[in-house]
Amino acid sequence: MTSDNTLPRSGTLADQGAGGRAAGRRIAVNADNTPWYVYLLLAVFAVGAPFVFPAYTTQIAFLWLMILFALTWDIAGGQMGYNSLGNIFFFGAGMYISAIVQIGLFTDVGAYTSARGGEQLVQDHGDYFYGLVLGTAAAAVGCVVLALLLGRIVFGLRGPYFAIGTLGIALSARELAGTWAWIGGGSGIAMPVYPGQPHEKSVVFYIALFTLAALTFAFLRWLYATRFGLAVNAIRDDEEKAEAMGIHTLRHKQVAWAVAAFFLGMSGAIFGNMTGFVEPLEVAFPTVTFGIFMVVMALLGGKGTLWGPVIGATLFHVVKEVTWTYLLGWQWVALGLLIVVNVVFFQEGIMGWMQRRWPERFGITVDERLSTGGDAGREGTP
Amino acid sequence: MLDNLDLLTLAPVLNVQLLLDGLFIGGIFVLAAYGLALVWGVMNVKNLAQGEYVIMGGYFAWHLGTYGIHPILSLPLVFAIMFAFGWVVYLLVIKWVISRDLFTSLLATFGIALIVQQGLNLAYGPEVRTANSGFGTNVLFGGLVTIADIKIVSFGLCILLAASVIVFMKTSRMGQAIRATAQDARAAKIMGIDTERVYAFTYSLNAAICGAAGVLVSMIWVIQPFYGVPHSIRAFVIVTAAGLGNIPGVIVAGLGLGVAEQYSGFVLGAEFQQATALILLVLVLIWRQIQLAQHRQVVQ
Amino acid sequence: MTYCFESVRASKSNLSRTLTGFVLAGATAGLIAGGPASAKVEGDTIILGSANSLTGKYSSNGVDTQNGYDLAIKTINEMGGVTIDGKQYKLAVKYYDDESTPARTAQLLERLIEQDGVQYILGPYSSPTTIAAAPVVEKYKVPMVEAEGASRALFNKGYKYTFAVLSTSEQYLASAVALAAEVAEKNGKQPSEVRVAMVFENDAFSQDVRAGVVEDMEKFGMQVILDDKMPSDLSDISATLTKVKALKPDLLVISGHNKGAVTAARQMKELQVEVPMVAMTHCEGAKVIDQFGAAADGYLCPTQWAETLSYSDKYFGSAADYDKLFKESFEGYSTVPYQAAQASAAVLVWKEAFEKANSLDTEKVRDAIAATDMETFYGPIKFSEAGNNIAKPMVLRQIQNGEYNVVAPSKYASHELVWPREAMY
Repeated sequence: MTSDNTLPRSGTLADQGAGGRAAGRRIAVNADNTPWYVYLLLAVFAVGAPFVFPAYTTQIAFLWLMILFALTWDIAGGQMGYNSLGNIFFFGAGMYISAIVQIGLFTDVGAYTSARGGEQLVQDHGDYFYGLVLGTAAAAVGCVVLALLLGRIVFGLRGPYFAIGTLGIALSARELAGTWAWIGGGSGIAMPVYPGQPHEKSVVFYIALFTLAALTFAFLRWLYATRFGLAVNAIRDDEEKAEAMGIHTLRHKQVAWAVAAFFLGMSGAIFGNMTGFVEPLEVAFPTVTFGIFMVVMALLGGKGTLWGPVIGATLFHVVKEVTWTYLLGWQWVALGLLIVVNVVFFQEGIMGWMQRRWPERFGITVDERLSTGGDAGREGTP
Repeated sequence: MLDNLDLLTLAPVLNVQLLLDGLFIGGIFVLAAYGLALVWGVMNVKNLAQGEYVIMGGYFAWHLGTYGIHPILSLPLVFAIMFAFGWVVYLLVIKWVISRDLFTSLLATFGIALIVQQGLNLAYGPEVRTANSGFGTNVLFGGLVTIADIKIVSFGLCILLAASVIVFMKTSRMGQAIRATAQDARAAKIMGIDTERVYAFTYSLNAAICGAAGVLVSMIWVIQPFYGVPHSIRAFVIVTAAGLGNIPGVIVAGLGLGVAEQYSGFVLGAEFQQATALILLVLVLIWRQIQLAQHRQVVQ
Repeated sequence: MTYCFESVRASKSNLSRTLTGFVLAGATAGLIAGGPASAKVEGDTIILGSANSLTGKYSSNGVDTQNGYDLAIKTINEMGGVTIDGKQYKLAVKYYDDESTPARTAQLLERLIEQDGVQYILGPYSSPTTIAAAPVVEKYKVPMVEAEGASRALFNKGYKYTFAVLSTSEQYLASAVALAAEVAEKNGKQPSEVRVAMVFENDAFSQDVRAGVVEDMEKFGMQVILDDKMPSDLSDISATLTKVKALKPDLLVISGHNKGAVTAARQMKELQVEVPMVAMTHCEGAKVIDQFGAAADGYLCPTQWAETLSYSDKYFGSAADYDKLFKESFEGYSTVPYQAAQASAAVLVWKEAFEKANSLDTEKVRDAIAATDMETFYGPIKFSEAGNNIAKPMVLRQIQNGEYNVVAPSKYASHELVWPREAMY
């Protein structure tokens, strides 16, 4: 029977399925060479959208959130080969931490939640943003601490045990949050009401989510090109060897997860305020919706690449928004099919497929001299 | 919480009720967990759709019940239907997953789980159902302890089913082929075993066992299209705790989990009942990791 | 590994073309995503909008709600529709599925209002989703008539655009508590001697019902001997019921939507729980009589509406007529759940408000809704400042020989209470 030490060490599909191709592309992608005008176009779209298409502000804000989800999942899942099914934990934890801080700054949390929305925080702009900023900061710090602590426990687990363990953490968090009366239990918490006009609120949270997603992208773009990025890739490719090379694998794994937690925690804090109502099962820890979406989006776009999660999230969100509401009831069947097809038959994702199709466009040159010798047989495989 | 413990000491017969309920439910957990251990051990597929197969079997039993077929009589029929269903799923999806990465099977079967859930929801609606066995209830200890006859019958069926699967694995040619493949698929292939067929059979057998467990669930419990997830989680808890290929371990862990859930529901409150399985899962994993770490140190 | 590591010379232009293409394609697709925004009135049809639960944990009640909306729309349209300023309009509803999640409800309502141009909202099913919906309609100043959100949190925030045709959650089991006190006095006991066991789902609605029960009990000085919550999927409360058996309370109250009601009825049957008085919400929706027969006898079921009540209106006729029409229109109902009746009533409120305002202007229609004072088959409807219906009482029915009979309040009672409950297990 299979025991842990005979299992393959990391979950990189590309490596097993496609041999050397993956090794070549990795470093090319790590040093991002996207031209400046792609960023400019994106920035123009992002800044202009809420003014040109005001009706779609919230939907595009969700797009930034989805991109952030996919990007943060890919840190551990794609770049490091640790496929977490429980990253949504940090989203919910951040949401609750910020809710507690935002309410606790002005009133007693226990009394506020036990009134079940009977009490309301009416704030002016100053107080509201003071609470929001502090709450978001607390969420970021709190989630990093949680990631470092939990990381010590779960990163000893390999392969499927890691996925199941993280899933277990996310699912137990939603159960336990529901039993904790101080934070509102199953009834949830009504967040402080935004003091300004409706459209102003949409725009404020739009800006917040876009800024956060952009920051996440910029940070990861830098991070993947550093030594840290290479070390994390080394863990994915062969953890034992990476360790033998002198990489402190546990510390790298913890830090990688903490980076994801940092951004996810903040996104949770912002999302909680955007929704205005925090509740454990469906809003804070939506494990089978957002929690799985983030994996699917990263896989769809191509995991282990910088742009893959962005492309996957964009495609997923757009298709979902266009079709979802017309599928009344069938949308989950469609999602299930998408997952199965994606995972089983199209695992390399869009970026992976493009890199294989047009390697030269990604700066991957095939060295004919080498490819004809040695283990050439493997290279011929698509 | 302390009041509840007091209650147990004041009326110790309540322990009998909790223990029996836990064991009867645990018997069903064992079936689903055994199926999981089978596919995990033989073909290295982590089937997240385990609970959905259970619920699916339950719905088929309920559906046949509306035609006047008693759920117990529908059991062999459901077993056969689920076996065929498992074979189809194997050909469509699982076949392509076996040799792949570990995460692939988890996600692919999760996708299957979503499709089954929503398919059942569309077919049967979201109402909570229960198949009526028409059996009576035994009252013991002046009404403090009640045992439904159907629970006893279902426990008996659990044992019968588990025993026949074990005997099948030990004695039949297919069972031997499955065990050989689990030990070393390559060697088995060289020895002339059609491993493809063995895999298909194993996966279908798992689906059938789950379906049979579902028939029992529909009789002694409630079913609903989205009730599969807790069953899947329980199966994973049990298999992870017991280890693969450890049938006595699976049985003990399964019955133990059933009892643990009842007690936590009683002592801590029912809102902790599902959290119990999850927390046990995380604890079991931590414990395994500590074991593993020790093992690694020895190697070093 | 023959792809050369050193050979990373980016061919910028090609890569960028590919990426730019993707980004632009994504962006453009995103913008046309919702399709063209339709007006609130298409030709001679007024479009109402609703994000309802068609999948997820509330979906069975959500379907009842949608059936209720659809039946009323059909009836009104067959009677000539809505007349505004001498012009006849038909009604139609644009539905989205909120998957029983509050965050999705809020998002979809925004979509209905901003992108689809809908200006008249029918509520979602359940309290949590309505709690998420109320701030959205408030924000856009679009009126919402809701029929399925009973939580108090909806009516203490000063919302001006949310109107509920149903009675609020704290009234659900109030008459059951009062009845327990009455019975105690009749048997020569003090109401304060009544011992109560409570089992509630851990969500906004049921916890609100619980808060109402606790307040009422405090009035009588009753004792809480058990206060448990249901597990989150509502599939097993046998451990709690074992406690109930040991503690022998005088009154057992249970609330957990349809799923909780089925689980409770099933496991009470199996464990043969003998409590003289059992009050449970959502009996009708859970179809407990069909599923458990005589074992469900004696349950006290609070209802917003009953087909035996003497209400009537010009659209559906009497409550009994509505009951008949509903059963003819939709399959699989042996009892019409009140969730469907109140959904129909919400549509009637819209129709009368449109005609009274004699305008399609949202502000004028909102004022007309606020001034609603009408009789319907569902009961009288008159909104308080806070937007809840203060004219209609909750009634309590008891299952007696497989029939729902009204036993409280005494003004509406058609049958005597059977006490103690004698269930045939």
